[in-house]
Amino acid sequence: MNALYILCGLGVLSLVAEIVSIKRGLLFFLTVGIAVAAGVAVMDWNSTQSYFSDMVVFDNFALAFTILICILTVFWFWMSRSYFHNETHVTDQAALVLFAVVGAIVLTAYNNMAMLFLGVEILSLSLYVLAGSKRENLFSNEAAFKYFLMGSFATGFLLMGIALIYGASGLFHIDRIAAFAASNTGNLPGFFYAGIVMIMIGMAFKISAVPFHFWAPDVYEGSPTAVTAFMSAIVKVAAFAAFTRMFAFCFASSYTSWLIILQVIMILTLVIANITAVVQTNVKRILAYSSVAHAGYVLLALVSTGNSAGVILYYLAAYASASLLAFCVLIEHENQTGDLSIKSFNGYFKANPFLSVALIIALLSLAGIPPLAGFFGKYFVFSLALNQGYVGLVVLAILTSLAGVYYYFKIIVALFSDPEEARVIPLSASTRFLLWILFLVTVGLGVFPDLVNVL
Amino acid sequence: MLTAFIIFWPLIAALVLFAARPANTRMPALVAALIELVVSLILAAQFVNNEAVQFLFNKPWISSIGISFSVGMDGISLLLVLLTTILVPLIILSTFNSTSTKPHTFYGLILLMQMALVGVFTAQDGFLFYLFWEIALIPIYFICLIWGGNGRGRITLKFFIYTLAGSLFMLAGLIYLYFHTEGVHSFDLQALYQAGRSLPESEQSILFWAFFIAFAIKMPVFPFHTWQPDTYTVAPAQGTMLLSAIMLKMGIYGLIRWLVPMVPMGVHAWGYSAIVLSVTGIVYASCIALVQKDIKRLVAFSSIAHVGLISAGLLTLNKIGMQGAIIQMLSHGLVVFALFYIIEIISERAKTRVISELGGIRNVAPVLTTIFMIVMLGSIALPLTSGFVGEFLLINSLFQYQMLLGAIGGLTTILGAVYMLRAFQRMMTGDTNKVTALMTDLSSTEKLVLFPVVAMIIILGVYPGPILAISEPAVNNLIQILSDFTTYVKP
Repeated sequence: MNALYILCGLGVLSLVAEIVSIKRGLLFFLTVGIAVAAGVAVMDWNSTQSYFSDMVVFDNFALAFTILICILTVFWFWMSRSYFHNETHVTDQAALVLFAVVGAIVLTAYNNMAMLFLGVEILSLSLYVLAGSKRENLFSNEAAFKYFLMGSFATGFLLMGIALIYGASGLFHIDRIAAFAASNTGNLPGFFYAGIVMIMIGMAFKISAVPFHFWAPDVYEGSPTAVTAFMSAIVKVAAFAAFTRMFAFCFASSYTSWLIILQVIMILTLVIANITAVVQTNVKRILAYSSVAHAGYVLLALVSTGNSAGVILYYLAAYASASLLAFCVLIEHENQTGDLSIKSFNGYFKANPFLSVALIIALLSLAGIPPLAGFFGKYFVFSLALNQGYVGLVVLAILTSLAGVYYYFKIIVALFSDPEEARVIPLSASTRFLLWILFLVTVGLGVFPDLVNVL
Repeated sequence: MLTAFIIFWPLIAALVLFAARPANTRMPALVAALIELVVSLILAAQFVNNEAVQFLFNKPWISSIGISFSVGMDGISLLLVLLTTILVPLIILSTFNSTSTKPHTFYGLILLMQMALVGVFTAQDGFLFYLFWEIALIPIYFICLIWGGNGRGRITLKFFIYTLAGSLFMLAGLIYLYFHTEGVHSFDLQALYQAGRSLPESEQSILFWAFFIAFAIKMPVFPFHTWQPDTYTVAPAQGTMLLSAIMLKMGIYGLIRWLVPMVPMGVHAWGYSAIVLSVTGIVYASCIALVQKDIKRLVAFSSIAHVGLISAGLLTLNKIGMQGAIIQMLSHGLVVFALFYIIEIISERAKTRVISELGGIRNVAPVLTTIFMIVMLGSIALPLTSGFVGEFLLINSLFQYQMLLGAIGGLTTILGAVYMLRAFQRMMTGDTNKVTALMTDLSSTEKLVLFPVVAMIIILGVYPGPILAISEPAVNNLIQILSDFTTYVKP
């Protein structure tokens, strides 16, 4: 909770900075502040505390995801300096990002439907604006508008579901709903289950699972690349934390009613996202589809009951670090060339070996090649699912991950093809350092997966 | 401890090369590989000749899911480790005449490859084995992708996805076995053996195919070979050497170490089908090799034929077959390394690999011709060369298993003689033409690479006893396990 206070404080501070016009060093200060917030969350470890008459509960689950989100945000601020410096409203945008992070953290710790709704809205509203923050760019405007329409639609579903659950149980608190559902199995009204499905649809929009993913590729492509990185790493983590809390904890006892639906969503997500990604020619778009596809693997962990929270945390940490590493390269590349098609990476290795190796490591991890973090993420998910007897689903997931290898490697092959327009991209020492850190995180999480084995 | 050293030493050397980027990369790389060779020879000297796994190094690694870093060697592992550590310095030495772009990346990747290969041959933990198995794929993929020939992007990607697909099924099989280990689940080799053997025959059969396909793709056995000729042809010479001389042994080693002792009933049930596939591959690949115009492609197909014989002989599960497989693995490694190197030397000087465009090389390069002659005779299994010992034992075991299969398998030698001798005749004898007229004979570095290999080919052929003695206890142990399990019914 203290981490949340700090982040809110930083957000407000960033707004005030606009008034008193302190822009120099603001980003550095914010980055340090977020790191402090992560440290504070670490200190709270193993002390389950609830606030505001149990509306928010910071248990180890919430803390683990909070720490992950804070660390990712630190990296994100570090790699996105160019994004802030190229736009005029540094302070506004920094504040929006911070508020989005606040929403994300609420989503990891909510214990009340109202807090869930608040979290979703704080996160989403900030993102709508951020997606459209390249005001002169038509695609950025389109992305914001599309995201806003789809997002509000999803929120509608979510609210409707909450209302139905409240109608059936008379409760708003997650733990009490869970207890109520567990003690009344069999004689719950039908609209309770309708409520579950509505909430599932609303949240499936947020994690961009198929068939509720249509906004994702366009929004990812149109948004400024830094914002895309933010969405694909941090927002994804928060949305899945919320999803896990809702379905692995709150509706765990009535899983028979939603498991089959979630399995169908999962299968669709794996198949459609991976196959559509194969034909893409823009790297940013490939990463967008890959982000949708990775949602499928996390869902596989979710449908395999058991200790899925730990697996999901590891998977998301592995995915998000690799994703940030890839986007970090993309941001540097786009700043110099303004182009993110696969072709623009032709012959990249000769001109930019360091960036190429970073991108290769990120893509190998996303593709799940050992011994990188992405491999262990997939390994844990598959072994969890196999332990539950989902042999068919695992075989399907293996086949789709092979399609994944194909489209990630399309980019890698381009790096080594004959040079056409390879340009040397200058790297600042700080970016180089960040790339090294993300690289070491991706390798280190893979070699020592027990490090994140906390849940 | 030394086992762990020979795994991590190449890794450290590779990382140093990547980071330091010395102006002259060859010498440090060669020195690193030679240190590795010396250490592995020390291990060989200390090896006690029995069936026990020796030089064990066991440290818990990912304890939450029962994975430990457990490596050690028995006779079979030791021989393959020696093959790797002997060939890698020679492969590095073979580059001394040519200049490559990004040399530190190149040598670093070769050393990484060596780490993964040694890891595969020594792993005593299922997960570790899988990990090294996959890691081996990455450096060789990049070696082929960065320094390969035309169409490398498409061809190497096919190679990568093909082999990855196979090994993912192996991974699924390993996880399945893991959940059947007794007590606290673990990936320990012995625990996995026990789990596999306790399963009913139907499940063992499924596991047999999950593992066999992974290994068959790597070797490659017909019909999983389609990636191989293109990849061998497009890869740079050193990539082809690594792929054919060492990497395909991973598949055969997998059969011996993992498949046969883990699911003996599955092997009994489906071994015959696998042998038929292998024997089919022998004839098929030999016939295609007959009509090849490119000498590198010809050797690639001949490699499929030879490997088919190894896997067929091995799966007969009798002692001669297994011993033959082991000696033939070493022999094939040496022969195919030398063949691809000679092809590289010729094509570098003549700027072509097409057999019909060459001719009369004997007149300008007699030493090269003599070496090529000996290596080729080793390849077609002439007595007193290493190829003879292996192929004789393998064909013998096939005959004992089933007459007809033995007869068909024997075709490798005959057809091999036909295409190899014909190619040799056209390339080396006759009059020189304008392509070959200006060719020079072997340089001293090239001699330094080829002479030891040729010597080993002859020594192995004349006096294979010590090598067979090293692997014998381990093979006996394996036979014992198999006979403990089911009475073997011939089909």
